[in-house]
Amino acid sequence: MSSAPTANLFRLPGGLRLPGHKRVSATGVLGAVAVPKTLTVSLRQHAGTAAQPIVAPGDRILHGQRIANAEGGFSAHLHAPSSGVVRAIEQCLVPGRASLSVPCIIIDTDCEDARIDDGHAIPNPFALGSRELLDAIGAAGIVGLGGAAFPTLAKLNQASEAGIDTLILNGVECEPFISCDDALMRNRAGEILYGARILMHALGLRQCFVGIESDKPEAWQAFNEAAAVDNNDKLMLVQIPTVYPSGGEDQLVYLLTGREVPSGGFPSDIGALVHNVGTAASVATLALSGMPLTSRIVTVTGDGVASPGNFEVRFGTPISDLIAAAGGYTERARHLIMGGPMTGIPIEDDAMPVVQKCNCVLVTSRNITENASTEPERPCIRCGECARICPVRLQPQQMHRAFTIGDRDDLPKLGLRDCIECGCCDLVCPSHIPLTQTFRDAKAHQQLQHYERERASRARERYETRQQRDQHRESTEAERLADLKQKASRDAISEILARKKQKEPEQ
Amino acid sequence: MKLARTATPFLRPATGVGAMMSEVCLALAPAAILYFLFFGFGILFNIAVCVLACAAFEALALMLRKQPVTVVLSDYSVCLTGVLIAFALPTYLPIYVTLTACAGAVLLGKHVYGGIGYNPFNPAMVGYVVALVSFPVAMSAWLPPGLGDLDYTMPTIGERFAYIFTGNWPAPLTAEAITRATPLDMVRTGLRASQTFGEIGNSPMFGTFGGYGWEWVGNGILVGGAWLLYRGIIRWHIPVSVLVGMLAPATLDTLASSGTTPGPAFHLFSGATLLGAFFIATDPVSAATSPRGRLIFGFGIGFTAWAIRTWGGYPDGIAFAVLLWNAAVPLLDKYTAPRIMGHER
Repeated sequence: MSSAPTANLFRLPGGLRLPGHKRVSATGVLGAVAVPKTLTVSLRQHAGTAAQPIVAPGDRILHGQRIANAEGGFSAHLHAPSSGVVRAIEQCLVPGRASLSVPCIIIDTDCEDARIDDGHAIPNPFALGSRELLDAIGAAGIVGLGGAAFPTLAKLNQASEAGIDTLILNGVECEPFISCDDALMRNRAGEILYGARILMHALGLRQCFVGIESDKPEAWQAFNEAAAVDNNDKLMLVQIPTVYPSGGEDQLVYLLTGREVPSGGFPSDIGALVHNVGTAASVATLALSGMPLTSRIVTVTGDGVASPGNFEVRFGTPISDLIAAAGGYTERARHLIMGGPMTGIPIEDDAMPVVQKCNCVLVTSRNITENASTEPERPCIRCGECARICPVRLQPQQMHRAFTIGDRDDLPKLGLRDCIECGCCDLVCPSHIPLTQTFRDAKAHQQLQHYERERASRARERYETRQQRDQHRESTEAERLADLKQKASRDAISEILARKKQKEPEQ
Repeated sequence: MKLARTATPFLRPATGVGAMMSEVCLALAPAAILYFLFFGFGILFNIAVCVLACAAFEALALMLRKQPVTVVLSDYSVCLTGVLIAFALPTYLPIYVTLTACAGAVLLGKHVYGGIGYNPFNPAMVGYVVALVSFPVAMSAWLPPGLGDLDYTMPTIGERFAYIFTGNWPAPLTAEAITRATPLDMVRTGLRASQTFGEIGNSPMFGTFGGYGWEWVGNGILVGGAWLLYRGIIRWHIPVSVLVGMLAPATLDTLASSGTTPGPAFHLFSGATLLGAFFIATDPVSAATSPRGRLIFGFGIGFTAWAIRTWGGYPDGIAFAVLLWNAAVPLLDKYTAPRIMGHER
């Protein structure tokens, strides 16, 4: 076990030093939220295809019981966050970029929180083979807890197929206000390292970095203590400078290894696998107690709640319950954001349920930036500050121009799909242009265009096939007619000749 | 409870175009004060007239274009254009020439293209060149700085105002008697008459290294430029490359000619070199936008201006060099875009 000094890291282009606002919520204490009367478990809270329910209204279910199966290779199983009775399976509003209704399993809880005991604990994971461990992780419905809720099994399968050499645990948590990973690392550093060892064993890896941001001294301390006990020389704790967005997946890989994730690719393409520390902790929990993923730690913070903090929350709990656990709204509460102030998703109704990707609930007043400029939005003056701080080395000023002027065919060349939507460019833009939102729109627009092109080309194919068929039919018909004609005329000639011949001897 | 929906990022920028532009204007204050001390009130009068005229022309253009006048004027970019024109024009000038320059800058240089952000050329330089080609005589008539020890009597304030508003010096003054060649002019005509720079530079007009008075204005511009760099309002690429582009050939030339041509110090402190490097070429709208593009853009301006001074038809060449390289910006932007992370070159 060793700790690499920060100086050995590769330098990320761009990035911003943002005011952290982490102390507001990071107390190290984990609050609890009581089991709510009703749980609304979304069937589409992970990345990929929606899960298929395997319970029906009226069924009695226990805490930890499977209630929905993964659909295909890119999906995740879901388990009951508490015990009770399934009331219904119906469309409900859930947090998302667009207000979307998705199918949810609604559970009336019985407040007993009776656990299912199906003996899924793995007393000695290191005696198991790779496949068995991966399957166990998949069966527990574990997904990435960093914010994308990417199904962990899919990621592990992808990594083991691609052949990787490095596991990276992401404990950077660079976005302001969020401190759920910090709270997890302070309280469960030992479990996280245990989870890391299981993941390394499952993929046969020799190297694991644990990246911890430099503004989390308590978590760093906890890891060092846990590492002294763990005594694993393949594990390396690394302090990451507090620069946003060092915690982005591709950004962290580059910081630690100097390898760039190819455009449109995954870290596994360059031999790396990144998991959030929360994901490693879920794996450890599974091994130690057999408990599948049914809850997570959520930060509740901002000047809009009375006593900010971190809470262990069951999926499906209404956000309003979470707010109540944090002392309720203050009179400054005006905006509710799932996630952080840079990449979070606005939510207009706090009755919506907590989902797997909900790492933070931020409640704020109208303006949380000190000394924010009050000038209006203006045309781009091409100052290039956005390009200077872009962690992907894009030129947002050129992309914005291409999008607004209508030269949209240039956008892919300018790297639109490489944009990680970190929001840095918005923060330095003196013209106050909502660049990130523009690029989200542009991506959606491109997707739509792609879809429409695809549809048009399918239609054209259909049309061409039909035309070909018709043409074929016509030409064969014509041939047949010509044949007939020829044959008829040949017949006629030979008939005449025959008749002539017949006549000749008579002469 | 229902809450207001908002798009992230929720954090907001701390600076704005208006704040930046007005700070650039203020950064020219040291230079303006020194200019005033050496050359009289002309610069202050020019600044006042140019800023007011440019703002009036912009207001007119905005009304014609049905744009919100106060919102756009509050970006202060037109104010900066006015100040830059005031620095570029001769200190005393018939007022219709000044107004022509302002109209050229704001109408022809900016609003015909759609206003701030869309102008391919530097508006102040467009205005300057419009005045230069329209009124070549008036535009090359400079009053010398008050040297005291020269055999020269400065016109009075009343006489100067008479010139500004009538376009003629009141009798018995004549333009020939009042105006003097600038150091750049003297070098040009001197070198053409086969004098060496050593002989030309003996005149007290030349001060210590870049022209009496002018070198102090240059120092004031340097202070302002350093402030802008420190504040991050401009980045180093353009000023440094403009200076390298001008000083490198000047140094080589003076070494090769063993001192018969003006050296780098003279080029640096005379004419519009420093103003161009820190305040004109750095106009973000009309400059290249990538770091490498800006290095080429700046170097091109410096080199072109030196070439015009050395071989061209004008004593100074900053304005033409800037406009020329403004035109090359789309090409530079296309071929100097940085390599995106995860992309092959």
